[in-house]
Amino acid sequence: MSQARADGFVVFDRVQKSYDGEILVVKDLNLSMPKGEFLTMLGPSGSGKTTCLMMLAGFETATHGEILLDGKPINNIPPHKRGIGMVFQNYALFPHMTIAENLSFPLEVRGLGKSEREAKITRALDMVQMVSFANRRPAQLSGGQQQRVALARALVFEPELVLMDEPLGALDKQLREHMQFEITNLAHTLGITTVYVTHDQTEALTMSDRVAVFNDGRIQQLAPPEDLYERPENSFVAQFIGENNKLDGVVETIKGEHCTVRLDDGTLVDAQPVNVSSVGERTRVSIRPERVESNPERLHPDAHLVDAEVLEFIYMGDTFRFRLKVAGRDDFVMKYRNAQDQRRLAAGDKIRIGWRPEDCRALDA
Amino acid sequence: MALPIYATPLQRVWYYAFRVICGLIFFYLMFPILVIIPLSFNAQNYFTFTPEMLALDPAGYSLRHYFDFFTNPDWQLATRNSLTIAPMATLISVSLGTLAAIGLSQSHVPFKRAIMAILISPMIVPLIISAAGMYFFFSAIGLQGTYWGVVLAHAILGIPFVIITVTATLVGFDRSLTRAAASMGAGPLKTFFKVQLPLILPGVISGALFAFITSFDEVVVVIFVGSAAQQTLPWQMFLGLREQISPTILAVATLMVALSIILLATLEVLRRRNERMRGMSPG
Repeated sequence: MSQARADGFVVFDRVQKSYDGEILVVKDLNLSMPKGEFLTMLGPSGSGKTTCLMMLAGFETATHGEILLDGKPINNIPPHKRGIGMVFQNYALFPHMTIAENLSFPLEVRGLGKSEREAKITRALDMVQMVSFANRRPAQLSGGQQQRVALARALVFEPELVLMDEPLGALDKQLREHMQFEITNLAHTLGITTVYVTHDQTEALTMSDRVAVFNDGRIQQLAPPEDLYERPENSFVAQFIGENNKLDGVVETIKGEHCTVRLDDGTLVDAQPVNVSSVGERTRVSIRPERVESNPERLHPDAHLVDAEVLEFIYMGDTFRFRLKVAGRDDFVMKYRNAQDQRRLAAGDKIRIGWRPEDCRALDA
Repeated sequence: MALPIYATPLQRVWYYAFRVICGLIFFYLMFPILVIIPLSFNAQNYFTFTPEMLALDPAGYSLRHYFDFFTNPDWQLATRNSLTIAPMATLISVSLGTLAAIGLSQSHVPFKRAIMAILISPMIVPLIISAAGMYFFFSAIGLQGTYWGVVLAHAILGIPFVIITVTATLVGFDRSLTRAAASMGAGPLKTFFKVQLPLILPGVISGALFAFITSFDEVVVVIFVGSAAQQTLPWQMFLGLREQISPTILAVATLMVALSIILLATLEVLRRRNERMRGMSPG
């Protein structure tokens, strides 16, 4: 950790947090962020992600361990002296002030002169295309507009680190997608280090340089979005990020990057060993619906095929979705792109499916 | 709420009966207050309507009781006392009550309910008991019969109102606003005065109004804790009733009703302005 301590702009070093002195909400958190990174803390509610953000902001104190900002421990620095910008879930705009006054607040606190304040406010509002709203009050703006103002207010005093606590949670889907793009764009243009908390995995995948998946007070995996989706390191991450079919069984053979797994109903399937190492170990194999192949000609001749029965066909516009009965489970999902030549299966059809071993990951049971 | 077409006969009867009952309640509440207003202009030294007054003869009316109020040294002293005691008591009630309400709204404070109950108790405990208790306590520490003794006693009576009204506004106060202020670099004091206080101001002002009226109308505690030098308007009215039954009391009562109406109206105007400012209601 000493190396990371020296390198990281934001560092969590063996941080623990307990509210009642007994149950640890955050367990041994280690994290190092370089300057300029956009990192997302993703996890179900109660996983400790928001607590981590609040400890970084200074609104919660770490029970154990150290948090460092730019090499300096900040455990004993009160929130208002940390100089960290923050965007809140409910925007937290001051309702009794106009938009311009809201943005002026952090600048007045810093004792900036009037002309300097006005220049910075205009520049910040311009970044989020809200200049014409300067004299309105927050209640007169829509949710998306308020969110932009909240963003501008967090950036107006030019902090090096900005924290965002589920800032897009209250917006509708289209606006959310648009704001995701705007936020990442701004963060990268201004070179700001950003810690973003969300429980929306799409948001995490599309916006971040790296994603930390939280569960049970620990980081389950910290990786760039692509690694997280393609190469989940454990069952939790595999299930939490995107959709995954899971099948339980026992490792029958292992040879380098390839293993075979005997499922509980006796079917043999191919997989890639991830956190299994020996024959006879129980495992849960995990495969993405879009990587399931129903045309055996496209697979390696030696690939193990599995019998499946189509239970349901769901038309989803851009994709076709099939619910299959596979190895005794009836929640196995297969997904196709909607294309002209695509075969539409109907309920009751019997098919043979398979997959490339590298698409099927043998994880912890 | 108009009567719907499908109303049954019973509903129709109740529809009108309800209105009559409401009217009677308002009459019962308002009449005793309103009746003193014409009586205070009585040209005679009586508490009753004279035949001239009933005949609306101008000779039956006069401002003599008001004149008496503004010239009589006893009434003038009482007015001065009331106007120096009530604002000071209000100031103390508002400061302490607001701080207590904010403190009690924090999640980490232990024994919140018990503390709240103790602070609210002056409103629950019969006034005469509080008054007697304060008399003995204030005598022991030398506050009995002093200006500050009466001010403190009235402040204690006003605090529960401030706590209740401020607590009510704090329920709607978004804690992330103070966090937002802190994240922008504002210390606790700046955050309080620039962010929290402006937003809970309606509650603080209504609390202040109640505290002021409590002190301004209070007669039991002041008789116990005060001395002749702290004689307030209600005390003087009480004495007036017992000793000389002068209609000047009615003139004073009318003035106090007018003051109450002005205070309430001011409060309402402030409240509406605040809501408009926050954009809660269309301007």
